[in-house]
Amino acid sequence: MSTLAVHDHGIVHHEEGHEHHHKQTFLNTYVFSQDHKMIAKQFLITGITMAFIGMTLSLLFRIQLAYPDKSFPLLETLLGRFAPGGRLSPDFYMSLVTIHGTIMVFFVLTAGLSGTFANLLIPLQIGARDMASPFVNMLSYWFFLLASVVMVSSFFVQKGPASGGWTIYPPLSALPKAMPGSGEGMTLWLISMVFFIASSLMGGINYISTVLNMRTKGMDLWKMPLTIWALFLTAVLGVLAFPVLVAGVVLLIFDRSFGTSFYLSDIVLNGQVQPFEGGSPILFQHLFWFLGHPEVYIIIMPAMGISSEILAVNSRKPIFGYHAMVYSLIGISVLSFIVWGHHMFVTGMNPFLGGVFMITTLIIAVPSAVKTFNWLATLWRGNIRFTPAMLFAIGLVSFFISGGLTGIFLGNAALDINLHDTYFVVAHFHLVMGSAAIFGMLAGVYHWFPKMFRRMMDERLGYLHFWITFIGAYLVFFPMHFMGLDGVPRRYYAFTEFESMKRWLTVNTFITWAAIMSGFAQVVFIFNFVYSIFFGKKATQNPWEANTLEWTTPVEHIHGNWPGEIPTVYRWPYDYSKPGHDGDFIPQTVPYSQTMTSNLPHDFEDNPAGLEEYNKWASANKINEQVK
Amino acid sequence: MGFKKLINSKKIVTLLSMFLLLGTNMLMAQDVATAQGTSTATSPDSADKSGMWTSVGYYFLLFLVAGVCIVILGKILKVYDLTQKMQGKKGINWNNIMGFVCIIFLIAGLYGAVWSLTEQGSMTLPEAASVHGVDTDNMFTVTAILTLIVFFITQILLFGFAFVYRGSDKRKAYYLPHNNTIEKIWTIIPAAVLTVLVVFGFFTWQKIENSTEVKGDLNIDVTGHQFAWELRYPGKDGVLGSLDYKLTNANNKLGINFKDPKSLDDLQADTLVIPVNKSIRLNIHAQDVIHSVYMPHFRLQQNAVPGLPTFFKFIPTITTAEMRVRTDNPKFEYLLYCNKICGGIHYNMQKVVRVVTAEEYQDWIAKQRPYLTDKLRTELKLAANKSTSAPQAAANRLALNN
Repeated sequence: MSTLAVHDHGIVHHEEGHEHHHKQTFLNTYVFSQDHKMIAKQFLITGITMAFIGMTLSLLFRIQLAYPDKSFPLLETLLGRFAPGGRLSPDFYMSLVTIHGTIMVFFVLTAGLSGTFANLLIPLQIGARDMASPFVNMLSYWFFLLASVVMVSSFFVQKGPASGGWTIYPPLSALPKAMPGSGEGMTLWLISMVFFIASSLMGGINYISTVLNMRTKGMDLWKMPLTIWALFLTAVLGVLAFPVLVAGVVLLIFDRSFGTSFYLSDIVLNGQVQPFEGGSPILFQHLFWFLGHPEVYIIIMPAMGISSEILAVNSRKPIFGYHAMVYSLIGISVLSFIVWGHHMFVTGMNPFLGGVFMITTLIIAVPSAVKTFNWLATLWRGNIRFTPAMLFAIGLVSFFISGGLTGIFLGNAALDINLHDTYFVVAHFHLVMGSAAIFGMLAGVYHWFPKMFRRMMDERLGYLHFWITFIGAYLVFFPMHFMGLDGVPRRYYAFTEFESMKRWLTVNTFITWAAIMSGFAQVVFIFNFVYSIFFGKKATQNPWEANTLEWTTPVEHIHGNWPGEIPTVYRWPYDYSKPGHDGDFIPQTVPYSQTMTSNLPHDFEDNPAGLEEYNKWASANKINEQVK
Repeated sequence: MGFKKLINSKKIVTLLSMFLLLGTNMLMAQDVATAQGTSTATSPDSADKSGMWTSVGYYFLLFLVAGVCIVILGKILKVYDLTQKMQGKKGINWNNIMGFVCIIFLIAGLYGAVWSLTEQGSMTLPEAASVHGVDTDNMFTVTAILTLIVFFITQILLFGFAFVYRGSDKRKAYYLPHNNTIEKIWTIIPAAVLTVLVVFGFFTWQKIENSTEVKGDLNIDVTGHQFAWELRYPGKDGVLGSLDYKLTNANNKLGINFKDPKSLDDLQADTLVIPVNKSIRLNIHAQDVIHSVYMPHFRLQQNAVPGLPTFFKFIPTITTAEMRVRTDNPKFEYLLYCNKICGGIHYNMQKVVRVVTAEEYQDWIAKQRPYLTDKLRTELKLAANKSTSAPQAAANRLALNN
């Protein structure tokens, strides 16, 4: 791990300035690293840790839902006052639901997913030495870690963590007396989120400027892999949407601590008339969902990009309709900003607005459908290599279909009246953005593990992990649709108080056991992950025979990614199984002049000189063949 | 490098093992201490605790055994793979195996989906008990048919392709970067189908929501607070009096403004009793946090927001008695329950709704008590001079609570 031998523009001054006192220590290599590859690994490991915490929380409340009347002394031993008599308390149940949602949505699927893969892949796939601003990049990670620590630490305050649901609607979250979790727990939640958003913005600005300014020679926008497109658009969404959440959160902090009434009006709490006047709880919902809806695309788009790449590589086929894939990503990004009202159909928002948001919401299904069909067409007549990454990418498509289709129900305002906040919604978003996005993330981990850790993960354990998780997730979430259609609300501590809901108890027990099974599959994953980091099979330079630039870097990590000059890019990243070429892949760095037999007129669409050359060569070849 | 050094360093290992030992020691000691401490007072408790740890240990052992089994299985596979390779044969062809697992999953999954749709699908809500609910259900059926068709086709294609095109060394994939015609087709078809759904949905939504502003035959106030619903029926005048949250106290829990003569005869009730085939308008209020009035049998939901009165108008069509016959459940009750997270007891905030005939309703309403109790009367000193304050109160009346 020495400094660079050959320098590129820009980097030169920086590197030379440090050359003599730039010593690699444990601290600046593994902890306060400014290298994008190390920061990616830090994001990944923190993200996985948070995912395990989030998963454990979900298993705890699943146990409560399956056995509402049973006492588990172990719970009391572990959780103390939160589980008196071995049963979770209703308030703590709410906390579990809230923190599970927050951790999964923000800490795992936003920072863990975008943070890992944007950091790892953007410089490597566009051909840059590092991020535009490595220091800000490092800060982004440390703010994220700080936010994670603050969020988890809220389990150690007297009244427990925030418990108003991950959407923290005021007045419930604004009035500390409304529920225990709205006290210090909520304060910590808000502090944590402010740090988180700062982290997210620093990361996002970095990703955008790196993609726009630091692409290698020849890498124009239409030669970028879909992963980069997805990560780039995700960063744009984040930069535009997250500040609005800050606004919402800051106003909430004001209402909680400084006696303002932005969100509060006409409140009588426990028989006490409160002095708040003139605010509107709906305002918070608008601010929250103006972030909240782009947020779900911030979660799913990187997963889509990752699986597009993996599906193409492992089908040994170009991604079908590359341009359509990019345009649909852009379409989804733009539309995601004008659909937030579909979370608020029954909140008392003007019904006319409900109609408008319904139209925009259902339009967003069109680009989503195009993406799905294009993935299917990519598989068609492929030569599919079932690596674990490929299986997870296929799983993502399956979940995206299943969960996306139920979105057509929920996006319809008339149907949403009866389905809003029921288990139907839980099933919908856990499939379409929960399971699908986590599968995209896992696919990425399996696929780029050799790039990150220079070793391979065990494939057979990967298969085991995939099938148990995949089947488990369907077993967990598929039956929930029907609970929702029976009018069973989400966020209920127990269904024992309703005669009509008691018959779902067997289903709930089943779901819990399916969830526990999937939980164990993640133990297989974590074992595979940790074991492979240290003892896995050594990776080769391009283990998947992929075209993208990251596989042209040496296996051994170096600061600056490429020894010598950054390679030039000549072609799009999806020339797999091109007819006329011997191998079934042509890396982006191979110029057309070296692949005369496989060139197509289409390859020279915006390159008239190249087209002329190609035509010359083609006609010469024709004559040759005629002579023969 | 740093990490390797850290792991190889003997000091760290010894430190870790010391820490582990100490930790377990302390845990054990604690266990013993608690056992001793409790043994004198409550012996069943300590027995409980030790029982708990045995079962925890038992499950942990089970987990370990499962882990060992997986490892052994993995080793067997590896040995098999290696011997095959040594004999010059090809090793395990994972592409083939995974392809077959995909097709097995597809078949099992389709069977499971159909089973779930029929078996659990039949456990869902009974037919809609309101006029607009029938429209909602029609809308639902159309959407469900369309999406299920797409669901089955795409899942079959996905796993079918995965199976049919599983990798082999003999084949090369078909180079197909794009095909504009087919891409146009599958952009336009979903767009057309969605347009139909949007139009259909838009008109259903307008129909349901547009009439809610209009007065119903019967206006009822539903007020949510932690953790119950309060009901207010209009008295003989058929009109609800105005509210002012600042007047709320122990006797006047809804903050009814009794200066408004219309509020003097307002009635309180424990059950939401409504006459069948009459348009009912629920005026929905919340006192502390957001609640949600959810009456799934009527396909009705509206959030209750503090400071923002909302409403929902509907016409119930099936009486409770009739629904009991139709669902073959003599205990059947319509319910109103909270569907927006509102605190710890959110899961038990329900109200029975009873749909009755017009006559039964008249009998029932006649028995309900007014909100203006004697206690309130004395508190407000109202009994004597109510006629003088009437005109002024009427002028102050809030438009929302008609």
